Amino acid sequence: MTHAEHAPDHYYVPTQSHWPIIATVSLFTLMLGGATLLNGGGSTLLLTGLALIVITMFGWFGTVIRESEKGLYSEQMDRSFRWGMSWFIFSEVMFFAAFFGALFYARTYSVPWLGGETNHGVLTHGLLWSGYEAVWPTNGPSDVGGFFAPMHPWGLPAINTLILLSSGATLTWAHWGLIEENRPQLLKGLAATVALGVLFLSLQAYEYSHAYHALHLTLGSGIYGSTFFMLTGFHGLHVTIGAIILAVMLFRSLAGHFTPQRHFAFEAAAWYWHFVDVVWLGLFIFVYWL
Amino acid sequence: MSTASHTTDHATDHDHDHGPARGLSRWLLTTNHKDIGTLYLLFSLLMFFIGGAMALVIRAELFQPGLQIVDPYFFNQMTTLHALVMIFGAVMPAFVGLANWLLPMMVGAPDMALPRMNNWSFWIMPFAFTLLLSTLFMPGGGPAGGWTLYPPLVLQTGSAFPFVILAIHMMGASSIMGAINIIATILNLRAPGMTLMKMPLFVWTWLITAFLLIAVMPVLAGTVTMLLTDKFFGTSFFSAAGGGDPVMFQHIFWFFGHPEVYIMILPAFGVISQIIPTFARKPLFGYASMVYATASIAFLSFIVWAHHMFTVGMPLAGELFFMYATMLIAVPTGVKVFNWVSTMWRGAMTFETPMLFAIAFVILFTIGGFSGLMLAIAPADFQYQDTYFVVAHFHYVLVPGAVFSIMAAAYYWLPKWTGHMYNEKLGKLHFWLSVIGVNVLFFPQHFLGLAGMPRRIPDYALQFTEFNMVSTVGAFLFGFSQLFFLYNVIQTIRGGAKATDQVWEGAEGLEWTLSSPPPYHTFTTAPEIK
Repeated sequence: MTHAEHAPDHYYVPTQSHWPIIATVSLFTLMLGGATLLNGGGSTLLLTGLALIVITMFGWFGTVIRESEKGLYSEQMDRSFRWGMSWFIFSEVMFFAAFFGALFYARTYSVPWLGGETNHGVLTHGLLWSGYEAVWPTNGPSDVGGFFAPMHPWGLPAINTLILLSSGATLTWAHWGLIEENRPQLLKGLAATVALGVLFLSLQAYEYSHAYHALHLTLGSGIYGSTFFMLTGFHGLHVTIGAIILAVMLFRSLAGHFTPQRHFAFEAAAWYWHFVDVVWLGLFIFVYWL
Repeated sequence: MSTASHTTDHATDHDHDHGPARGLSRWLLTTNHKDIGTLYLLFSLLMFFIGGAMALVIRAELFQPGLQIVDPYFFNQMTTLHALVMIFGAVMPAFVGLANWLLPMMVGAPDMALPRMNNWSFWIMPFAFTLLLSTLFMPGGGPAGGWTLYPPLVLQTGSAFPFVILAIHMMGASSIMGAINIIATILNLRAPGMTLMKMPLFVWTWLITAFLLIAVMPVLAGTVTMLLTDKFFGTSFFSAAGGGDPVMFQHIFWFFGHPEVYIMILPAFGVISQIIPTFARKPLFGYASMVYATASIAFLSFIVWAHHMFTVGMPLAGELFFMYATMLIAVPTGVKVFNWVSTMWRGAMTFETPMLFAIAFVILFTIGGFSGLMLAIAPADFQYQDTYFVVAHFHYVLVPGAVFSIMAAAYYWLPKWTGHMYNEKLGKLHFWLSVIGVNVLFFPQHFLGLAGMPRRIPDYALQFTEFNMVSTVGAFLFGFSQLFFLYNVIQTIRGGAKATDQVWEGAEGLEWTLSSPPPYHTFTTAPEIK
């Protein structure tokens, strides 16, 4: 299989692996466990599924990293990985689009209609909730979840924006270090990026706790609480995943992986991180600010 | 084709160290696009029969007015699961299976671009459907609110609810990975000289379909996640009391749902565009316009979703926009039908089974297209909404449309895949029974719908009896004729007359330069495309 280097026109096809089928069983266990838990059952199955997923990730990524370090992968394989990662990120963009869509729809249509605007609002407003005034933020005409205060954008969220934007800069600086064969710069830049990611997550955790305890803003606070926590929550999950990926890149850099020419794993991690960054800008503008 | 023979030599010596493994592990661990294609197609066939059995329960109950066979709640589970199984279990995996088998051979690649992910994409499917179908045996039964999962009704589902949502998440993950793999294969693994505008049309339609899949499957994931949190975590996305809106679900769902319709028909267009030129012995008429028409249909699919919800209460501007945008789709679709007919014009035509299915596709799909045009007229749709006219419309595009194209593809490429010719007499018998059955089954449903019979109801008023009886007879005829297909496929896999490499006299394209059956690994060295 290693004649990829000798004959550049010869395709490289990866060998069979038992990891995909293990991944399938892990995913199935996770989903079965999730459904069982939601139906009021125990969490054993869910936790087993999670553990299996973690094992799968170590095993599968480990195999790919070892093959890559052995120099098995051709440039064509590298391009396939690039297409794969780009389209994966596009699918993530569309996932967030669904939730942004819900936010825009609620703010542009459902809330004004509930407040009696246009002939769509006449019936619900007149017959059900005549006292409801359409404002944003809102927890709806039935005051679902009780009184709450919205999150103020120019405190922690603004600081978090600065943190994520800086982390994008440190990551690019690390990338320059990698390209210029400046290992210390690569390591410092990556470490700083991971640290900023963790700092962001800690501040988000603090903000959530502040929202629940001081502002009485919860996931159950009507449409504002729903969109706020779902959007920032899924974003936080993606920052967590991104920070883990970057931490792996840090460990791989420490182990001497990556060359200035060939380091797609690093680039993929960077793409992912910038994507998470851009989503945050959207969140800051549309969820916190406007 | 000296390059092709060189390839075959190379593939043979390659085979020594990388032949298929033996036994079950071959199928569980395989990263071979042909094996995975076979798995997808067999899984799809199984789901086709399971979904078909559900359809027969529905039609049996509707044979007469009154309730005789199943109770209404079970009837609703059947309509819901029939749709989910046929869409996500039968039609979509069948096209992915065809893509797996054919794309690498058509573009001159050794395999799919990401072969291990390919294994994962497939094996998720049987597990996802285990999750989905297990709900039938749960207390409270399976999902019964319709496959469109509209809240607030769907939120009343019992224990089945989280299973359905998480099964949909798994199917979505599988589809997205499958689509990423297909795009990467087409964009990265084409043989030197195979420019985009030289690609066979099946490759083109799949490239565009894969883009649609990656764009909308995550939106479905997002919206069913909102259903899950509305039910279990107290969010108010689809509850007006909390400032949300149940109609919002319909908007987000159909933003996925309409492109989904084209996900199920664009690869069918590709299949038909391969088959008609072969049996008309003429190159495809208007290749470039076919490509642009496919791309236009894909683009339009993103801006027509609300025609599924004309009666839900939208601003007038919305009704008008979605009405006209929907009608626009008739233009590129008309281009396609015109091109297929023009390809056949003055061709030296023969009528083997794949061609029969392809011609039936062109005619019957067009009927489905025309009823779609009727439904696109917003004021008329107010009458048709949720009647059997809608059922007749989408079954015309999906059964003699998508499903017929899959049958055509199976007959067309089966000799290439297995190395054996199928039984032509049996194939023709299957075709004629299917084409008669499908029309007896679905044509009367137009009249039922126009007369006002609602869909998803196990009982009906007396005046609808005759057409329902006719429809049910057609359903059983169509359903049981598929056993001929099953038998024919099994017999062809097991043996039969040896197929030549080209199989069909007029067949052109890289896959026909390979032996029948092709070696386990093909094109380990890129062929040169002149």
